[in-house]
Amino acid sequence: MKAKIYVTLKEGILDPQGRAVQQSLQTLGFPAVEDVRIGKFLEVDIVETEQAAAEAQVRSMCEKLLANPVIENYRYELTEVSLPK
Amino acid sequence: MNIGIVVFPGSNCDRDCAYVASDVIGQSAQFIWHQETSLGEMDAIILPGGFSYGDYLRTGAIAHLSPIMDAVKAFAKQGGLVLGICNGFQILLESGLLPGAMLRNRGLSFRCEEVYVRVENAETPFTNQCHPGQVLKIPIAHAEGNYYTDPVTLSSLQANAQVIFRYCDADGQSTGPSNPNGSLDHIAGIRNAAGNVLGMMPHPERCAERALNNTDGFLVFQSMVASLKTQARLTAR
Repeated sequence: MKAKIYVTLKEGILDPQGRAVQQSLQTLGFPAVEDVRIGKFLEVDIVETEQAAAEAQVRSMCEKLLANPVIENYRYELTEVSLPK
Repeated sequence: MNIGIVVFPGSNCDRDCAYVASDVIGQSAQFIWHQETSLGEMDAIILPGGFSYGDYLRTGAIAHLSPIMDAVKAFAKQGGLVLGICNGFQILLESGLLPGAMLRNRGLSFRCEEVYVRVENAETPFTNQCHPGQVLKIPIAHAEGNYYTDPVTLSSLQANAQVIFRYCDADGQSTGPSNPNGSLDHIAGIRNAAGNVLGMMPHPERCAERALNNTDGFLVFQSMVASLKTQARLTAR
Protein backbone atom coordinates (compact mmCIF):
# COMPACT_ATOMS: atom_id res chain seq x y z
CA MET A 1 0.00 0.00 0.00
CA LYS A 2 1.04 3.57 -0.51
CA ALA A 3 0.50 6.12 2.24
CA LYS A 4 0.38 9.77 1.33
CA ILE A 5 1.08 11.62 4.56
CA TYR A 6 0.57 15.32 5.13
CA VAL A 7 2.26 16.92 8.13
CA THR A 8 1.13 20.46 8.86
CA LEU A 9 1.71 23.01 11.59
CA LYS A 10 -1.13 23.24 14.07
CA GLU A 11 -3.41 26.23 13.88
CA GLY A 12 -1.99 29.23 15.69
CA ILE A 13 1.63 28.04 15.46
CA LEU A 14 3.79 30.70 13.86
CA ASP A 15 5.07 29.72 10.41
CA PRO A 16 7.87 32.18 9.52
CA GLN A 17 8.54 30.37 6.23
CA GLY A 18 4.90 30.54 5.20
CA ARG A 19 4.77 34.23 6.05
CA ALA A 20 7.87 34.95 3.96
CA VAL A 21 6.36 33.09 1.01
CA GLN A 22 3.06 34.93 1.45
CA GLN A 23 4.84 38.28 1.33
CA SER A 24 6.80 37.14 -1.69
CA LEU A 25 3.60 36.13 -3.49
CA GLN A 26 2.08 39.53 -2.77
CA THR A 27 5.17 41.21 -4.19
CA LEU A 28 4.88 38.99 -7.24
CA GLY A 29 1.42 40.35 -7.97
CA PHE A 30 -0.91 38.18 -5.98
CA PRO A 31 -2.29 40.71 -3.48
CA ALA A 32 -5.19 38.39 -2.67
CA VAL A 33 -2.91 35.87 -0.98
CA GLU A 34 -3.86 36.24 2.65
CA ASP A 35 -2.00 33.38 4.25
CA VAL A 36 0.47 30.61 3.39
CA ARG A 37 1.24 27.62 5.58
CA ILE A 38 4.09 25.29 4.70
CA GLY A 39 3.98 21.63 5.62
CA LYS A 40 5.52 18.35 4.58
CA PHE A 41 4.28 15.70 2.19
CA LEU A 42 5.61 12.17 2.44
CA GLU A 43 4.94 9.11 0.30
CA VAL A 44 5.55 5.90 2.15
CA ASP A 45 5.35 2.52 0.45
CA ILE A 46 4.40 -0.26 2.82
CA VAL A 47 4.46 -3.95 2.06
CA GLU A 48 1.07 -4.63 3.58
CA THR A 49 -2.20 -5.66 1.95
CA GLU A 50 -4.56 -5.19 4.91
CA GLN A 51 -5.97 -1.67 5.08
CA ALA A 52 -6.39 -1.72 8.86
CA ALA A 53 -2.89 -3.00 9.52
CA ALA A 54 -1.35 -0.45 7.19
CA GLU A 55 -3.36 2.30 8.83
CA ALA A 56 -2.21 1.28 12.30
CA GLN A 57 1.40 1.40 11.12
CA VAL A 58 1.01 4.82 9.51
CA ARG A 59 -0.57 6.28 12.62
CA SER A 60 2.18 4.86 14.80
CA MET A 61 4.99 6.16 12.57
CA CYS A 62 3.39 9.59 12.46
CA GLU A 63 3.12 9.76 16.22
CA LYS A 64 6.61 8.42 16.89
CA LEU A 65 8.61 10.23 14.23
CA LEU A 66 7.00 11.84 11.21
CA ALA A 67 5.05 14.50 13.09
CA ASN A 68 5.84 16.29 16.33
CA PRO A 69 2.54 16.33 18.26
CA VAL A 70 3.55 19.51 20.12
CA ILE A 71 3.42 21.62 16.98
CA GLU A 72 2.15 19.47 14.11
CA ASN A 73 -0.94 17.62 12.90
CA TYR A 74 -0.96 14.81 10.39
CA ARG A 75 -3.41 13.21 8.01
CA TYR A 76 -2.99 10.49 5.45
CA GLU A 77 -4.52 8.70 2.50
CA LEU A 78 -3.92 5.04 1.85
CA THR A 79 -4.10 3.62 -1.63
CA GLU A 80 -3.51 0.16 -2.93
CA VAL A 81 -0.71 -0.12 -5.41
CA SER A 82 -0.13 -3.01 -7.74
CA LEU A 83 3.39 -4.22 -7.21
CA PRO A 84 5.47 -5.05 -10.29
CA LYS A 85 5.37 -8.77 -10.95
CA MET B 1 34.35 13.11 37.25
CA ASN B 2 33.62 11.29 33.99
CA ILE B 3 31.77 13.39 31.47
CA GLY B 4 30.36 11.53 28.49
CA ILE B 5 29.81 13.42 25.28
CA VAL B 6 27.45 11.76 22.83
CA VAL B 7 28.52 12.05 19.21
CA PHE B 8 25.88 11.86 16.49
CA PRO B 9 26.60 12.01 12.77
CA GLY B 10 26.63 15.76 12.23
CA SER B 11 27.54 16.80 15.79
CA ASN B 12 30.13 19.56 15.53
CA CYS B 13 30.54 20.93 19.05
CA ASP B 14 31.52 17.59 20.59
CA ARG B 15 35.23 18.38 20.59
CA ASP B 16 34.71 21.84 22.04
CA CYS B 17 32.72 20.28 24.89
CA ALA B 18 35.39 17.63 25.47
CA TYR B 19 38.09 20.29 25.48
CA VAL B 20 36.26 22.34 28.11
CA ALA B 21 35.51 19.23 30.19
CA SER B 22 39.10 18.03 30.16
CA ASP B 23 41.45 20.98 29.64
CA VAL B 24 39.41 23.77 31.19
CA ILE B 25 37.63 22.14 34.12
CA GLY B 26 40.07 19.25 34.51
CA GLN B 27 37.67 16.33 34.36
CA SER B 28 37.76 13.18 32.29
CA ALA B 29 35.91 13.49 28.99
CA GLN B 30 34.87 10.58 26.85
CA PHE B 31 33.14 10.45 23.48
CA ILE B 32 30.21 8.06 23.13
CA TRP B 33 29.18 7.13 19.59
CA HIS B 34 25.43 7.28 19.01
CA GLN B 35 25.31 3.61 17.97
CA GLU B 36 26.43 2.49 21.42
CA THR B 37 23.77 1.13 23.73
CA SER B 38 25.53 1.80 27.03
CA LEU B 39 27.03 4.97 28.50
CA GLY B 40 29.57 3.26 30.71
CA GLU B 41 30.40 4.76 34.10
CA MET B 42 29.50 8.40 33.65
CA ASP B 43 28.79 11.19 36.13
CA ALA B 44 27.30 13.53 33.55
CA ILE B 45 26.26 13.43 29.91
CA ILE B 46 26.46 16.21 27.34
CA LEU B 47 24.49 16.19 24.11
CA PRO B 48 26.53 18.64 22.04
CA GLY B 49 25.51 21.08 19.35
CA GLY B 50 25.66 20.53 15.63
CA PHE B 51 23.40 19.32 12.88
CA SER B 52 22.71 15.71 13.73
CA TYR B 53 21.49 13.85 10.64
CA GLY B 54 21.57 17.11 8.70
CA ASP B 55 18.49 18.32 10.61
CA TYR B 56 16.42 16.04 8.33
CA LEU B 57 12.68 15.96 9.04
CA ARG B 58 13.01 18.18 12.14
CA THR B 59 16.02 19.20 14.20
CA GLY B 60 16.86 16.34 16.55
CA ALA B 61 14.06 14.11 15.21
CA ILE B 62 16.26 11.35 13.81
CA ALA B 63 18.93 11.60 16.51
CA HIS B 64 16.42 11.04 19.29
CA LEU B 65 15.87 7.53 17.94
CA SER B 66 19.60 6.68 18.02
CA PRO B 67 20.41 3.52 20.00
CA ILE B 68 22.30 5.49 22.71
CA MET B 69 19.22 7.56 23.57
CA ASP B 70 17.60 4.73 25.55
CA ALA B 71 20.66 4.73 27.80
CA VAL B 72 20.55 8.54 28.07
CA LYS B 73 16.88 8.36 29.07
CA ALA B 74 17.62 5.70 31.69
CA PHE B 75 20.53 7.78 33.02
CA ALA B 76 18.29 10.85 33.25
CA LYS B 77 15.57 8.84 34.99
CA GLN B 78 18.07 7.80 37.66
CA GLY B 79 18.88 11.45 38.29
CA GLY B 80 22.08 11.68 36.22
CA LEU B 81 23.03 15.15 34.98
CA VAL B 82 22.26 15.67 31.30
CA LEU B 83 23.15 18.91 29.52
CA GLY B 84 21.85 19.46 25.99
CA ILE B 85 23.36 22.39 24.12
CA CYS B 86 21.73 23.79 20.97
CA ASN B 87 21.12 20.70 18.81
CA GLY B 88 21.45 18.74 22.05
CA PHE B 89 18.53 20.78 23.45
CA GLN B 90 16.54 20.04 20.29
CA ILE B 91 17.24 16.31 20.73
CA LEU B 92 16.11 16.47 24.38
CA LEU B 93 12.82 18.05 23.24
CA GLU B 94 12.25 15.43 20.54
CA SER B 95 13.03 12.63 23.00
CA GLY B 96 10.52 13.96 25.51
CA LEU B 97 13.16 14.44 28.23
CA LEU B 98 12.16 18.11 28.12
CA PRO B 99 8.74 19.49 27.17
CA GLY B 100 8.02 21.63 24.11
CA ALA B 101 9.38 21.96 20.59
CA MET B 102 11.53 24.24 18.46
CA LEU B 103 10.18 26.30 15.59
CA ARG B 104 12.09 28.10 12.88
CA ASN B 105 13.51 31.42 14.13
CA ARG B 106 10.97 34.22 13.89
CA GLY B 107 13.12 36.16 11.41
CA LEU B 108 14.01 33.01 9.43
CA SER B 109 17.73 33.83 9.73
CA PHE B 110 20.38 31.57 11.10
CA ARG B 111 21.50 33.66 14.10
CA CYS B 112 25.19 33.39 14.95
CA GLU B 113 26.13 36.03 17.51
CA GLU B 114 26.71 36.74 21.16
CA VAL B 115 23.53 37.20 23.18
CA TYR B 116 22.74 37.93 26.80
CA VAL B 117 20.79 35.57 29.00
CA ARG B 118 19.55 36.10 32.54
CA VAL B 119 19.96 33.33 35.10
CA GLU B 120 16.41 32.80 36.37
CA ASN B 121 17.19 30.01 38.79
CA ALA B 122 20.63 29.79 40.40
CA GLU B 123 19.79 26.77 42.51
CA THR B 124 20.30 24.10 39.88
CA PRO B 125 23.17 21.69 39.18
CA PHE B 126 23.95 23.82 36.11
CA THR B 127 23.79 27.33 37.60
CA ASN B 128 24.80 27.06 41.26
CA GLN B 129 27.96 29.11 40.62
CA CYS B 130 25.88 32.00 39.24
CA HIS B 131 23.90 34.46 41.30
CA PRO B 132 20.17 34.89 40.71
CA GLY B 133 19.49 37.35 37.93
CA GLN B 134 23.11 37.30 36.74
CA VAL B 135 23.45 38.28 33.10
CA LEU B 136 25.69 36.01 31.04
CA LYS B 137 27.02 36.72 27.58
CA ILE B 138 27.01 33.49 25.58
CA PRO B 139 27.07 32.92 21.81
CA ILE B 140 24.21 31.33 19.91
CA ALA B 141 24.30 29.68 16.48
CA HIS B 142 20.99 28.28 15.30
CA ALA B 143 18.09 28.57 12.86
CA GLU B 144 15.59 26.69 15.03
CA GLY B 145 15.67 28.13 18.52
CA ASN B 146 12.18 29.56 18.65
CA TYR B 147 10.96 27.63 21.67
CA TYR B 148 7.28 26.76 21.74
CA THR B 149 5.01 24.90 24.11
CA ASP B 150 1.31 24.90 24.95
CA PRO B 151 0.03 27.41 27.56
CA VAL B 152 -0.53 24.74 30.23
CA THR B 153 3.04 23.45 29.95
CA LEU B 154 4.40 27.00 29.92
CA SER B 155 2.54 27.78 33.15
CA SER B 156 3.95 24.70 34.83
CA LEU B 157 7.49 25.55 33.62
CA GLN B 158 7.09 29.00 35.14
CA ALA B 159 5.48 27.76 38.36
CA ASN B 160 8.20 25.15 38.97
CA ALA B 161 11.12 27.49 38.23
CA GLN B 162 12.06 25.33 35.24
CA VAL B 163 12.94 28.29 33.04
CA ILE B 164 16.65 28.61 33.77
CA PHE B 165 17.78 31.16 31.15
CA ARG B 166 15.87 33.95 29.40
CA TYR B 167 17.20 36.11 26.59
CA CYS B 168 17.72 39.69 27.72
CA ASP B 169 19.79 42.77 26.98
CA ALA B 170 23.08 43.68 28.67
CA ASP B 171 21.13 45.20 31.55
CA GLY B 172 19.09 42.07 32.12
CA GLN B 173 15.86 43.37 30.58
CA SER B 174 13.94 40.99 28.32
CA THR B 175 12.62 42.96 25.37
CA GLY B 176 11.55 42.16 21.82
CA PRO B 177 14.92 43.06 20.27
CA SER B 178 16.87 41.13 22.95
CA ASN B 179 15.09 37.93 21.88
CA PRO B 180 17.02 36.62 18.85
CA ASN B 181 14.58 34.00 17.64
CA GLY B 182 11.08 34.81 18.91
CA SER B 183 11.08 32.11 21.56
CA LEU B 184 8.09 31.95 23.86
CA ASP B 185 8.52 33.95 27.08
CA HIS B 186 12.13 34.72 25.96
CA ILE B 187 13.10 31.16 26.91
CA ALA B 188 16.75 30.28 26.21
CA GLY B 189 17.03 27.27 28.51
CA ILE B 190 14.77 24.99 30.56
CA ARG B 191 15.19 22.04 32.87
CA ASN B 192 12.99 19.04 33.54
CA ALA B 193 10.73 18.81 36.59
CA ALA B 194 13.25 16.67 38.50
CA GLY B 195 15.92 19.29 37.80
CA ASN B 196 18.72 17.08 36.46
CA VAL B 197 18.22 17.67 32.71
CA LEU B 198 18.97 21.09 31.18
CA GLY B 199 18.53 22.18 27.59
CA MET B 200 19.91 25.51 26.42
CA MET B 201 20.31 27.11 23.00
CA PRO B 202 23.39 29.27 23.80
CA HIS B 203 26.81 27.60 23.66
CA PRO B 204 28.61 27.82 27.04
CA GLU B 205 31.48 25.69 25.67
CA ARG B 206 32.34 28.52 23.28
CA CYS B 207 33.04 31.02 26.06
CA ALA B 208 34.64 29.12 28.90
CA GLU B 209 38.19 30.45 29.11
CA ARG B 210 40.13 33.69 29.24
CA ALA B 211 41.87 33.15 25.90
CA LEU B 212 38.43 33.63 24.31
CA ASN B 213 37.86 36.88 26.20
CA ASN B 214 34.72 35.49 27.78
CA THR B 215 34.42 33.04 30.64
CA ASP B 216 30.68 33.24 31.30
CA GLY B 217 30.12 29.75 29.91
CA PHE B 218 32.63 28.37 32.41
CA LEU B 219 30.06 28.92 35.16
CA VAL B 220 27.76 26.25 33.71
CA PHE B 221 30.48 23.59 33.70
CA GLN B 222 31.85 24.70 37.07
CA SER B 223 28.32 24.41 38.49
CA MET B 224 28.01 20.85 37.22
CA VAL B 225 31.31 19.87 38.84
CA ALA B 226 30.34 21.56 42.12
CA SER B 227 27.01 19.75 42.09
CA LEU B 228 28.61 16.36 41.38
CA LYS B 229 31.17 16.89 44.15
CA THR B 230 28.44 17.74 46.65
CA GLN B 231 26.50 14.67 45.53
CA ALA B 232 29.61 12.47 45.92
CA ARG B 233 30.21 13.84 49.44
CA LEU B 234 26.63 13.11 50.42
CA THR B 235 26.83 9.58 49.03
CA ALA B 236 30.13 8.88 50.81
CA ARG B 237 28.75 9.98 54.14
